Amino acid sequence: MNKLWKRIAIGVSALALVFAAGCSSETGVSGDTVKVGILHSLSGTMAISEVSVKDSEMMAIDEINAAGGVLGKKIEPVVEDGASDWPTFTEKAKKLISQDKVATVFGCWTSSSRKAVLPVFESLKGLLWYPVQYEGLESSPNIFYTGATTNQQIIPAVDFLLEKKLTKFYLLGSDYVFPRTANKIIKEQLKNAGATTVAEEYIPLGNTDFNTIIAKIKETKPDVVFNTLNGDSNVAFFKQLKDAGIGPDTLKTMSVSVAEEEVRGIGPAYLTGHYVSWNYYQTTDTPENTKFVAAYKAKYGAERVTSDPVEAGYDAVYLWKAAVEKAGSFEVDKVREAAKGIEFKAPEGTVKIDGDNQHIYKKVRIGEIQADGMIKEVWSTPDVVKPDPYLKSYSWAASLSSN
Amino acid sequence: MEVILDKKRSKQRMIFYGFALLFLVVMPFVLSEFRLDLLTKFLAYALVAIGVDLIWGYTGILSLGQGVFFGLGAYCFAMYLKLESTGGKLPDFMEWSGVTSLPWWWKMFGYAPIAIILAILIPVLLAWFLGAVTFRNRIKGAYFSILTQALVIIVYTLFIGQQGYTGGTNGITNFFTVFGFSLMDPDVKLVIYFITVAFVVLAYVLCRRLVNSRFGNVLQAVRDGENRLRFFGYNPATYQTFVFCVSAALSAIGGMLFVLNVGIISPSMMYIVPSIEMVLWVAIGGRGTLIGAIVGAVLINSAKSLFSEAYPDQWSYFLGLLFVVVVVFLPQGLYGWLKQRSASWKWMNRSVKKEVALDESVIGAPSGASDR
Repeated sequence: MNKLWKRIAIGVSALALVFAAGCSSETGVSGDTVKVGILHSLSGTMAISEVSVKDSEMMAIDEINAAGGVLGKKIEPVVEDGASDWPTFTEKAKKLISQDKVATVFGCWTSSSRKAVLPVFESLKGLLWYPVQYEGLESSPNIFYTGATTNQQIIPAVDFLLEKKLTKFYLLGSDYVFPRTANKIIKEQLKNAGATTVAEEYIPLGNTDFNTIIAKIKETKPDVVFNTLNGDSNVAFFKQLKDAGIGPDTLKTMSVSVAEEEVRGIGPAYLTGHYVSWNYYQTTDTPENTKFVAAYKAKYGAERVTSDPVEAGYDAVYLWKAAVEKAGSFEVDKVREAAKGIEFKAPEGTVKIDGDNQHIYKKVRIGEIQADGMIKEVWSTPDVVKPDPYLKSYSWAASLSSN
Repeated sequence: MEVILDKKRSKQRMIFYGFALLFLVVMPFVLSEFRLDLLTKFLAYALVAIGVDLIWGYTGILSLGQGVFFGLGAYCFAMYLKLESTGGKLPDFMEWSGVTSLPWWWKMFGYAPIAIILAILIPVLLAWFLGAVTFRNRIKGAYFSILTQALVIIVYTLFIGQQGYTGGTNGITNFFTVFGFSLMDPDVKLVIYFITVAFVVLAYVLCRRLVNSRFGNVLQAVRDGENRLRFFGYNPATYQTFVFCVSAALSAIGGMLFVLNVGIISPSMMYIVPSIEMVLWVAIGGRGTLIGAIVGAVLINSAKSLFSEAYPDQWSYFLGLLFVVVVVFLPQGLYGWLKQRSASWKWMNRSVKKEVALDESVIGAPSGASDR
């Protein structure tokens, strides 16, 4: 038995060593490199979406490094897996900021993961670039939002439909914070415009049975289904809608979480003719986008597609670089100060950081899904739209932005 | 001879305890803030593992629903922390889910003592209820495990669906203080670490006394020969229900410490995978040995963190491989393997060999095997 305890003692010491090994504290900026964090779900249900954003962020880093880096330093990405699990996101965020001492982090997709890491970034004074459209009503000093807020995606989409004289709305969404908040806003907007909401339904994430929903759609006869479903539910919804004999000629749908990547997954046959609302499509016609799409396909394969979040992730890296160069420093406070008003010629066109709320000025584009899986722009705002996460410029939204 | 051996062994045990305590006390000075944070979390998991070991390792009942007790404990305490951070006002997630005023039962959680008592009481009552209806009706083995999985799915679905009251998939997060102290302050973190250590030590000492007592013998008898025990006039259901409640309480305390340390609780922590992982910690550490459970929880989670940091794309394969290797080659877990190895090195010593053989018969016997 003596040996046993000795063994255990050795084991415990080894464990101590393993722990100690991970605690050599070095700063993120050293000699000729600067560390940045990439924090996306590389495993679990969100991996399918988030890996493509990770890829575009890595591509931007490679391009910048090939062109000489930032402030003469090469960017060294530290990739962490959030594993589609919100507490894991907080663990990895803490690790990137306090252990790796990264200069900034690019990451997250779901609002849940952003909400989970927000207290970490705020209390450890980190900086996060969040690349996905979301429900707004948030503006953390430690986060830059490079995706659209509601007045750059949802509100213009509703306006577009109203202009087309589609006034009976069926609101359908997954049951979590984004669809619920989006629908709260839409309902106010419709009330203000004198249009009607015929139904508001929420489906648990991952649910794939839409029989009752489709029956209700047939019964209530809406002009349009405003779709905030996420993930697998979209596949089931559109297939069952088509099987029920309802096509875009009789009922339009407007989706805000279906982009090129999802179209590929659902199958263009089920989606042709339906509307989506984003700020960027693979078909967006700018010289920067031609270059961006070619580079993305060359690096990751010809069958890959770009989409709005993929582009927003790419932009985030360049916007950070521009801010760092203007600040002449990697320090979070200085970078944040310098970021105000910074512009970048992005694939979607020139974008600009709003200094007040750290969101981005973006053009809004309504698209129609084509048979080849690409999205054709059918309408766009003439110019970039100022981000307004709390909807302060809309009188009808006063009750929404109470806090 | 026996007495001398016992004395020698208890001396060695004391040396080991000294070593373990020294390890836990020294860690804050050796580890970076982040690693210490992780160790705190793993020790919170160790409490859960002790609970799993009591119910599965000693009593032979495989509960695949410990995540629920963990989650309920964590949620109750998170409700308190959330209300502390909003100053008793409506939490953010209620506002965006359309709840306009704080429900009365949420208000109760604004008082720390009530929140802490309920954090333990609710999981224990749930375990008691489940135990009372199943064990008395002699539902056991796979049926019980399936039942606990059903519990996991019910509670998970309920928490996701009631977004206005539970925060939905987001869970409860965005709180910064406990009793007025900042949760991100390194000194506060150190205190939380030592509180967690104290709980683990306390749980270990109490559970060790429990399993080494007459009561513990009955538990193992439940595992190894439930029917025989019944013939002796014992009522196994009482013992099973009691242990199930104890394990639920340990999980709940683990959950509370988890929330303090991590700053978020989401329904995913109560779902199928974490509940099964909790059993894996014990299986890999060494089923039927309390030390094995603690070491398993800390080691497996350290491995998970380190693998995922080193290989963010492939870590899950490595972890899976580790599980397979341990289960195939070390069926009695790491601790059981160590025991065996140390015995084979000293195979000349007959008394030790005899003792290990005894141990093996206890650890290795599948539940209810001797009934058939």
